[in-house]
Amino acid sequence: MKTLDKKITYLLSAGLLAAAIMVLLYMDHNRTTYNYSLSILQRSAIYAVAAVAMNLLTGFTGLFSLGQAGFMAIGAYTVAILTIPVAQRPSVYYISGIAEPLAQATAPLWAALLLGGLFAALLGFFIGYPVLRLKSDYLAIATLGFSEIIRAFIAAPMLNRVTNGSYGLKSIPGFPSTLMVFLISGLCIFLMVLVIRSSYGRAFQAIREDEIAAESMGIGLFKHKQMAFVISCFFTGISGGMLAVFMRSIDSKTFQIGLTYDILLIVVLGGIGSITGSVLGSFLMTAGREWLRFFDNPLTIAGVQVPLFRTGFRMVIFSLILMAVVLYYRKGLMGTKEFSWNGIYAFLQRLGQKRSKTRPGKEGGNDE
Amino acid sequence: MSETVLKLNRITMQFGGLMAVNDFSMDVNRGEVVAIIGPNGAGKTTAFNVITGVYAPTNGSVDFCGETIISNRPQGKMRKLYAGDADSICDRVVRKTPDRITKLGIARTFQNIRLFKSLTVFENVLIAKHMNIKANLFSAAFMLNRHEEHRMRQETAQLLEILELADVADEVASSLPYGKQRRLEIARAIATGPELLLLDEPAAGMNPQETNDLIHLIHRLKQDFQLTVLMIEHHMNLVMEISDRIYVLDFGRLIASGTPDHIQNDKRVIDAYLGVAEDE
Amino acid sequence: MSSTILLQHTLTGISLGGAYALIAIGYTMVYGILRLINFAHGDIFMMAGYFMIFAMASMPWFIAIPLVMILTVMLGIAVEQVAYKPLRSAPRMSIMISAIGVSYLLQNLATYLFTALPRGYPEIPYLKKILHIGDVSASLVTIITPFLTVALTFLLIALINHTKLGMAMRAVSRDYETSQLMGIKINRVISATFAIGSLLAFIGSLLYFTDRMTVFPFSGTLPGLKCFVAAVLGGIGSIPGAVVGGFILGIGETVLVAMGYSTFSDAFTFAILIVMLLFRPTGLFGEKVTDKV
Repeated sequence: MKTLDKKITYLLSAGLLAAAIMVLLYMDHNRTTYNYSLSILQRSAIYAVAAVAMNLLTGFTGLFSLGQAGFMAIGAYTVAILTIPVAQRPSVYYISGIAEPLAQATAPLWAALLLGGLFAALLGFFIGYPVLRLKSDYLAIATLGFSEIIRAFIAAPMLNRVTNGSYGLKSIPGFPSTLMVFLISGLCIFLMVLVIRSSYGRAFQAIREDEIAAESMGIGLFKHKQMAFVISCFFTGISGGMLAVFMRSIDSKTFQIGLTYDILLIVVLGGIGSITGSVLGSFLMTAGREWLRFFDNPLTIAGVQVPLFRTGFRMVIFSLILMAVVLYYRKGLMGTKEFSWNGIYAFLQRLGQKRSKTRPGKEGGNDE
Repeated sequence: MSETVLKLNRITMQFGGLMAVNDFSMDVNRGEVVAIIGPNGAGKTTAFNVITGVYAPTNGSVDFCGETIISNRPQGKMRKLYAGDADSICDRVVRKTPDRITKLGIARTFQNIRLFKSLTVFENVLIAKHMNIKANLFSAAFMLNRHEEHRMRQETAQLLEILELADVADEVASSLPYGKQRRLEIARAIATGPELLLLDEPAAGMNPQETNDLIHLIHRLKQDFQLTVLMIEHHMNLVMEISDRIYVLDFGRLIASGTPDHIQNDKRVIDAYLGVAEDE
Repeated sequence: MSSTILLQHTLTGISLGGAYALIAIGYTMVYGILRLINFAHGDIFMMAGYFMIFAMASMPWFIAIPLVMILTVMLGIAVEQVAYKPLRSAPRMSIMISAIGVSYLLQNLATYLFTALPRGYPEIPYLKKILHIGDVSASLVTIITPFLTVALTFLLIALINHTKLGMAMRAVSRDYETSQLMGIKINRVISATFAIGSLLAFIGSLLYFTDRMTVFPFSGTLPGLKCFVAAVLGGIGSIPGAVVGGFILGIGETVLVAMGYSTFSDAFTFAILIVMLLFRPTGLFGEKVTDKV
């Protein structure tokens, strides 16, 4: 099969990137018209970071962790506490006041995000010690447990002066532009791709394939699992921080198990082990929820009201679609493959061949 | 010549009430090819798993190049259950993990082939080069270790050339025919740069032609990489042809050891293999 | 804390623990056979709550209870047939994801059908009757729960030890492939396991919701996870273990609430899980298994 010249693929990629930036700039400029689409796009980009981070663990290292929501909460609260304008803090912490050292602590957005990631990574480092020695589903349930513990601490009255307990935090300044969300997300995903492509990333994959064989190739299991876990936590924390900035107000209920499940379903939809799949999955899943919104509104065709169409129906349809993917299309959109121009080219070629083959024949070219 | 590379001191491996290996001692000298043979279930693979740190033995120790890498004594529940023949109990507890042992210079293949199935042949071997990586995560991710990465890839390519796998380098490991999968396992083990190579039934499932090729391959690898080889094999022609010495296990016990000639004429070995006729 | 209050809390804890124990049995049985954390189990428990609300609205309790019992069992079997059976030979991670998917579906379905607002659980005659023993007062359900739990556990253990079905279950949980070769109809055994699990989940929901009084679409999530933890605590695969685990968690949680740490009552469960996995991953009554190389 013919492949495309490298230069052409670069050109295509650059073209696509430029087009995307242009579109985003245009939409940002006419914010009032595209407000709704922009918020979907932003949320998708943020989820994409969390999904790729989860895929790094689940798809590339073979560790099934369900702690996403907890680590996102760490990032989110760090960013929120550091970026809420000092002047507004008394009104946010109106119940029990803000802890003294935090009252004046501020950081620019980028530093707050980085710090949020680092806190999540640090916590991941310590949690990793006990949990990474556990086998598949025990690991899943233990990380899920930690996620709930983090949430309990956030909501705890003892931490009211830090996290504002169950009242949550609000007045978080939003992103100045959609492009910025995409740039941060893009950078995070790019960094994770670099890790996966490095020798360490190959070691992660070896662990996924066969732990015993990997260990006998001199790969320290715990060390490398820990590494993958900490990296994943770091980026999960950042995406949590971004989510806080995006939502502008958060509380401990934002980070329930449902959030982890959302991220997991994105990864499954996109294909476990495919980065581009996760990115694609997060856009499809976030947008899909909105597209399906018409199911939530009563529908009347020719004066007859169609039954079933009412609030909540959309989520039923949505979960049915997801179940169908899980059951019948287990590889997800991309399987373990990555998007590439050559892939598209090959696909188009095959499509062309099939058409030219099927046209004259009756049954479609299966001679065996 | 007779520098001892590997030394097993009265290894006992007991699983609950089952005695997989009982009081087994052996040694392997530098440059030798040594085989462990015995009927199925004699404890051969268990011995390998002890040497490579997968199982901690119930009692006994393993020395590699003069350093104790494994040593254990009956602990916990095993203190009461222990029924090994060796009454001298090790006083030290040393337990190196399999990756540490590989780093020290012992590499192995697996009886039931354990390749990284969905990765390519090239990646399979390249991964084995990872353990000696100098670059840390950051410099590796930011591709600051180009030289090192380049060297790893070059060495991998060379190794595939030597093992005649270069033509399938980009194929997914699980798509290879059986014989080549076994060879890839050997390539992967050698890529870790071992002094001692443990082969667990390398000829299993091979036809006579492939077995013959394997004999030549082992000879060649031994020369090229200055390897010492310890292997488990059922294929008697192969064993008799390339081994310097042979150890025979039966029901976890050592029943004979010596040169191929000696083993071929040992009555106990013949009995163990053919079974003693009941009316004798 | 006076002894009366202490006694009162202990009673509540034991009662909650009993409900947990019944749900935990479902987890432990399914895990024993399929090596699967049945994330949907908690949602079946929640659905049983809703079924009861609707059944009680139009019929007397002695018809409603058996009817809902049958419905819940059917739901449990249906979930197995649709979501787990097609994935028998799939990697474990896929089945687990499917379980999470079903749980998600059931929650969304409940939100759609019954709205997200909590609904009042019907009062079943006699169960809510308040009894006074000295200074301590408790509703009948609180007192019945532990006894019912223990009785059902003994019944179940007898079933597993002395019937053909029980023998088949033990065989399948010991060695899936071999028992298949021995002519055990695996699918029937699995269905039976889900049926028993769902049945107990129904009884659990009856006791739990009578006490809590409301049902909402997510009321199965946290109890579900807690009961799985109870199963791990007792040693997964062990029925007495699940019961003991359920009681420990129920009592522990109630004690924390009584001491004023209610925000940590959920975290407590998971803390126990993590400590357990660290020091005794096989649980209180579990057996050790070694991997083959």
